[in-house]
Amino acid sequence: MDMGDKNAIELLGITKVFPGVIANDDITLRVRENEIHALLGENGAGKSTLMSILFGLYDPDAGTILIRGKEARIRDPNDANALGIGMVHQHFKLVRNYSVTENVILGIEPRTKSGNVDTARAERRVQEISALYGLQVDPHVRVESITVGMQQRVEILKTLYRNADILIFDEPTAVLTPQEVDELMSILKRLKAEGKTIVLITHKLREIKEAADRCTVLRRGRLVGTVDVASTSEELMAEMMVGRAVKFRIDKAEAKPGAIVLKIEGLTVRGSKGHDAVRGLDLEVRAGEIVGIAGVDGNGQAELIEAITGLTKPSSGRVLLKGKDVTDSSIRERIRWGIGHVPEDRHKNGLVLKFRLDENLVMKTFDREPYSGFAGLLDFRAISAHADALIGQFDIRAGEGSATKCGSMSGGNQQKAIIAREIDLSPELLVVAQPTRGLDVGAIEYIHERIVAERDKGRAVLLVSFELDEIMALCDRIAAISKGEIVGVVEARDADEREIGAMMAGLKGKTG
Amino acid sequence: MDIKRRALVDRLASSNAAMSVLVVLLGFLVGTILVLAVGRDPANMYRAIIQVVSGFDLARGTWNARYIGEWLVASVPLILCGLSMAFAARAGLFNIGAEGQYIVGLTVAQFASFYLPSVPVFHWAAAVVLGMLAAAGWGGVVGFLKAKYAVSEVVATIMMNYIALYVSRYATQLIPGTNTYKTPSFPATARLSNSWLESVTNGSRLNTGLFLALAAVLLFWFVMEKTRTGFALRATGFNKDAARCSGINVQRSLTLSMAISGAFAGLAGCIVALGSFGYGRVLAGLDGYGFNGIAVALVGNSTAIGTLLAGLLFGMLQSAQPLMQSRQIPKEVTYIISGLVVVFISLRSGIGLLLEARSKEQAKSAARKGELRDE
Ligand SMILES: Nc1ncnc2c1ncn2[C@@H]1O[C@H](COP(=O)(O)OP(=O)(O)OP(=O)(O)O)[C@@H](O)[C@H]1O
Ligand SMILES: [Mg+2]
Repeated sequence: MDMGDKNAIELLGITKVFPGVIANDDITLRVRENEIHALLGENGAGKSTLMSILFGLYDPDAGTILIRGKEARIRDPNDANALGIGMVHQHFKLVRNYSVTENVILGIEPRTKSGNVDTARAERRVQEISALYGLQVDPHVRVESITVGMQQRVEILKTLYRNADILIFDEPTAVLTPQEVDELMSILKRLKAEGKTIVLITHKLREIKEAADRCTVLRRGRLVGTVDVASTSEELMAEMMVGRAVKFRIDKAEAKPGAIVLKIEGLTVRGSKGHDAVRGLDLEVRAGEIVGIAGVDGNGQAELIEAITGLTKPSSGRVLLKGKDVTDSSIRERIRWGIGHVPEDRHKNGLVLKFRLDENLVMKTFDREPYSGFAGLLDFRAISAHADALIGQFDIRAGEGSATKCGSMSGGNQQKAIIAREIDLSPELLVVAQPTRGLDVGAIEYIHERIVAERDKGRAVLLVSFELDEIMALCDRIAAISKGEIVGVVEARDADEREIGAMMAGLKGKTG
Repeated sequence: MDIKRRALVDRLASSNAAMSVLVVLLGFLVGTILVLAVGRDPANMYRAIIQVVSGFDLARGTWNARYIGEWLVASVPLILCGLSMAFAARAGLFNIGAEGQYIVGLTVAQFASFYLPSVPVFHWAAAVVLGMLAAAGWGGVVGFLKAKYAVSEVVATIMMNYIALYVSRYATQLIPGTNTYKTPSFPATARLSNSWLESVTNGSRLNTGLFLALAAVLLFWFVMEKTRTGFALRATGFNKDAARCSGINVQRSLTLSMAISGAFAGLAGCIVALGSFGYGRVLAGLDGYGFNGIAVALVGNSTAIGTLLAGLLFGMLQSAQPLMQSRQIPKEVTYIISGLVVVFISLRSGIGLLLEARSKEQAKSAARKGELRDE
């Protein structure tokens, strides 16, 4: 092999300081030409920061960048584009009511002689590129009507259309369903086969094993090392990144289910597209057990959760919390009566990004004792003491402690903050959607432990996850959902992955 | 690399207050240059301003506290309309309706002064309370429509402004003895005049409204920063979805914020009606305080103290106009300065970026020099 030693990217001694944290501390990273190079590290380790520097979004405080052996000054993303660097962000930057093609060509539209946008030519190019790399998308449809996985392909197309040959992916799989992850993996391999160089940020060791050639590990802003993926075990990579051995299995005792906490009867919920997203659904969750909803995204999970937490009124059916009918209760009453909720979309529903961490941690309790006292006066001392306690207990890492704006925290630590807040409410019923999306293995281990601990305290837990692995590992009972109905419920201890997969596809299973 | 210094600059660039001060200075700088460009002495402009805020006439060496009083009189409604705008803005609403709410407050106060019993203190106090309540209702309706039916508050408030104006004109003319532009004089008990304030400011129109405005600033700050109601409003303003998910009643927040916002503007109307005029007015057009309030809130970053200072600034420019003219400075320069300040504020993020880039360049060249020295 002679692709060996030429480096596409060399980041030498990169340092970046934010108020209160050194996000990158003298990091050196060399990415060879035409390799898939994984970047691994705990939440807040500085991966996104390092890649943002490479893409010109941040200016480093120290360090040099060499692209294909030549020193480069990358002041903004335009410089990066000119150097053939493209980035697929975790949060897509697409214009929702534009077509796929319009999004791809935005800013560098080809013109006809008369100066109009040459849509025909653009579409042809887009089709060529998507055929070459196996990126199936319909160039005519509007972005708002396509799935998340397709939107991501549009982002990839955007970089390829700009002739990028170095592609940076920041946690591309965090938002994808398992099927879409598989598709992305083959796209990555295809891109590599066509000569591209790829940097892949991910928390999933399995994905690194599957796609990457080498892997660089960061921990708390520092470089731990770069390893060859083929000859390094997942356990070792996890240990490098967390600094201790990580258990991949969840130790949990046999569940001791108690009284019924949540009972759903004949629930029907209208979805945003006008059809019934949940159709006559029945479900029970008992105290002291974790019930998982297994299913492909878009089969009514979101609407089910909305009806339980009070965000949507169902069109028929009942939701009972410990025997009390809460179908028409307000969100606030449900919180008071003991429904905790870790929402799927943490930026939209979970956090106020412009609030400080301590304010976010009392979002659901600020109006009661001890945070609100006489005449509705806030007690800031109690609020920040509460935050300090949770920061310690849940190991939330934030540059300026309880005063950190949540918007500047890393994704994983934002999630930890939400989990901390909800568990701290000590709810009768904890509804968790995608709790570990975007989290590192250490944090996942920790959050799983906390959820099991809630169960052992006698709480009822309802878990929605698109990852069957997570459901299989964490739950005591598994309910498969398809087209808004529960098609079968099985005990986790005698569950079989294939059986659940078949139920998720809509084949009726047993109920019990 | 000097990390501490960088952090300081970062913080300044991201500090809204520092940015506002900078923007105001910039506005004055450009104003000064303009005055020079038209061949006048900018020192005269500053003399006029100094006279407004201190009462000293540097040219003649005389002192007259009346100027200070008039400055404050002009500032009070600006501060209150700024608070109105700011309060709604903090809950994520754009209240263009301060003008209409101001008119409602003014009109109701005028009516109250003719139809309420002429009991000292009670008379004006009740008139003010009624005016504020009416204006709160006027604003609250818009908030309710927004919360319940997602009616754009911008469109609704603009329409409500004109409804307020014409209803006010029509209704005021029904007061017996009213001609096409004014009512008979108010009873003395309805006036907000304050003999002590008048005497210390050498007979200016300064009145009890000043204290009401200061109380409003305090109330704003207190409610917004210190109470759970303020917390809910701020959360709603930043992220409605997350607020709703957390059990905050977003509909209530929106309605309440528009109502309180209306009350502030209504108070401005009451103070202008009962403080600055001895009679009720049949409004010929919009007084403009409501619209100027938008600028005041913008410069004041929608905080209580910021709005107070920005209101004083705009009041100063407004009351400096006649003094400037008498010194051959075109009064339009004050409009230019306040216009520029608003434009610059809108460009704030751009200026922040520029500052950051500059400081980085400096840090880099400093580092380079350091390296040279080391070699
Ligand atoms: N714009 C910012 N302002 C202040 N601090 C920031 C900013 N961006 C990142 N940080 C801080 O820098 C550190 C590194 O963050 P970064 O986003 O690079 O982590 P990450 O490795 O991508 O984590 P995750 O896996 O959670 O996405 C964190 O402590 C974060 O809080
Ligand atoms: Mg990241």
